[in-house]
Amino acid sequence: MTNHIPLHKLAHARAGDKGNTSSVSVWPYDPGDYELLKEKLTAARIKQSFPRLIQGEVRRYELDGLRGLNFVMYEALEGGVNTSLNLDSHGKSWSSLILSLDIEVPDNRG
Amino acid sequence: MFRIGCGAGFSSDRLGPAVDLARDGALDVLVFETIGERTLAFGHRDRQANPARGFNPHLAARMRAVLPQCRANGTRIVTNMGVANVTAAAQLVVQVAKELGLSGLTVAAVLGDDVTDQLGPETVLFDYEGRSIADVGRPLVGANAYLGIDAILPALETGADVVITGRVADPSLFLSPLVHHYGWRHDDWPQMGQGTLVGHLMECGMQITGGYFADPGFKDVPRLADCGYPIAEVAQDGTATITKLAGSGGAVTEQTVKEQLLYEVHDPTGYLTPDVTADFATVTVEDLGQDRVRVSGAQGQRRPDQLKVTVGFDGGLLGEAGVSYAGPNALARAALARDILNERLAQVLSDGTHDLRIDLIGVDSLHATADVRYGTEPGDVRVRAAMRSADRTAVELMLWEVEALLCCGPAGGGGYRGQISPSVVTHSAWIDRDAVATSVEVYRT
Repeated sequence: MTNHIPLHKLAHARAGDKGNTSSVSVWPYDPGDYELLKEKLTAARIKQSFPRLIQGEVRRYELDGLRGLNFVMYEALEGGVNTSLNLDSHGKSWSSLILSLDIEVPDNRG
Repeated sequence: MFRIGCGAGFSSDRLGPAVDLARDGALDVLVFETIGERTLAFGHRDRQANPARGFNPHLAARMRAVLPQCRANGTRIVTNMGVANVTAAAQLVVQVAKELGLSGLTVAAVLGDDVTDQLGPETVLFDYEGRSIADVGRPLVGANAYLGIDAILPALETGADVVITGRVADPSLFLSPLVHHYGWRHDDWPQMGQGTLVGHLMECGMQITGGYFADPGFKDVPRLADCGYPIAEVAQDGTATITKLAGSGGAVTEQTVKEQLLYEVHDPTGYLTPDVTADFATVTVEDLGQDRVRVSGAQGQRRPDQLKVTVGFDGGLLGEAGVSYAGPNALARAALARDILNERLAQVLSDGTHDLRIDLIGVDSLHATADVRYGTEPGDVRVRAAMRSADRTAVELMLWEVEALLCCGPAGGGGYRGQISPSVVTHSAWIDRDAVATSVEVYRT
């Protein structure tokens, strides 16, 4: 049996932009959750979750020493800060977008 | 211990905490970092409108506020507030210093980042599917290479009180005074990597002392209204402790440092700057408590042979306009207004292609294109239309149609605002390091 927990409860995140590329780092509050996030929060999961937004590929970099994941999403900012008509043309809120995903966890945790 | 403070992490950063740092920070160097892809574009836009402008609009206010204290404390200022007009910026700093009665003050301007003349229609834009400048089909307004420490160091070597640059890599603003002070070799790549780590962590100002971080109930930060800017205490080997002034608001913790460590970083093992290919994956972050966090262990390899260039084009006009609906059935009325606008704009803008977008703020705006919807039905929704076009008449028509919703649209629409502003769109290219000639101009009061 499994349960779903909002990623927002498990981790914090920060978004940055360069041109049309967004990068979001994800850091578990509890370092013990790092392996769980590594297993569940894959690059493919991010790409599949936002198929219309992310036109390019998603790459994930793992920082095992610091226990953080860095996601780089190409062609994901509707042209980038100087081109996009999005109110948030930087994609500053992409951190919250990633944290809006759910993470599947064993049923024995709340 | 060499002490560097950051008095601005972006164009419009607060002034007061920079004054606090200048007065109480016991700083060797105070850096103001104010250029992003967006604000460099604004610099070109401003310079096009007025050849005497194009530098950071807060330059005079910042200098007026910190120059006397920096002079008294022997703190040098290093800043990229020259943006798209470095010479005019340096002259303005001199003028402000004279008004303040600061005689014998030296200002060094770092020139050479403007590479507009070195590019041609055939120049390839690496972020544009490899297409060229000619393919963009818009007038070129300016191109700036990211300069590194080798451009800034000659300015520091003049002994200048204020070093002012245009587009340089942000970490280089911090790395250059460290290299100047400690005499690090420019090809000691691990050392350049560690110094770049310090610069990278500091360059966004409050983003490491509690700004861009708070999430109530999850990540609480004390006294954000009085948040302090960061200070780096840097040792001979580049190991640094990030902290802030005692008594200031905000927080420096393992969490704030880690988030900033990867900010705008892609591959953490290969962070490219003009100075080094830095490796942050090996970094150690130690929370010493009381808003002190020690960082060490960055590595580095040889610097890239080419410099990145931001190329700005005339983006035409950006128009934005909105109307709000509130109370019972607000969402349905806002959605109706959006339908009306779509139908009307298809009619009045039929002769030409325009980038147009309509959002429902409060429902789906920021994450609309991610196809994500949150929560329950809101009682306060704003219809927002945004449009980019070279045709002013078309943009004005869009604003007119949005305003017309007040009487011609759904019930209870109010709060119309609309604005039109010139815009610059940007792409990126590479340029050979050898093709970029930099120089220093020195001014004295």
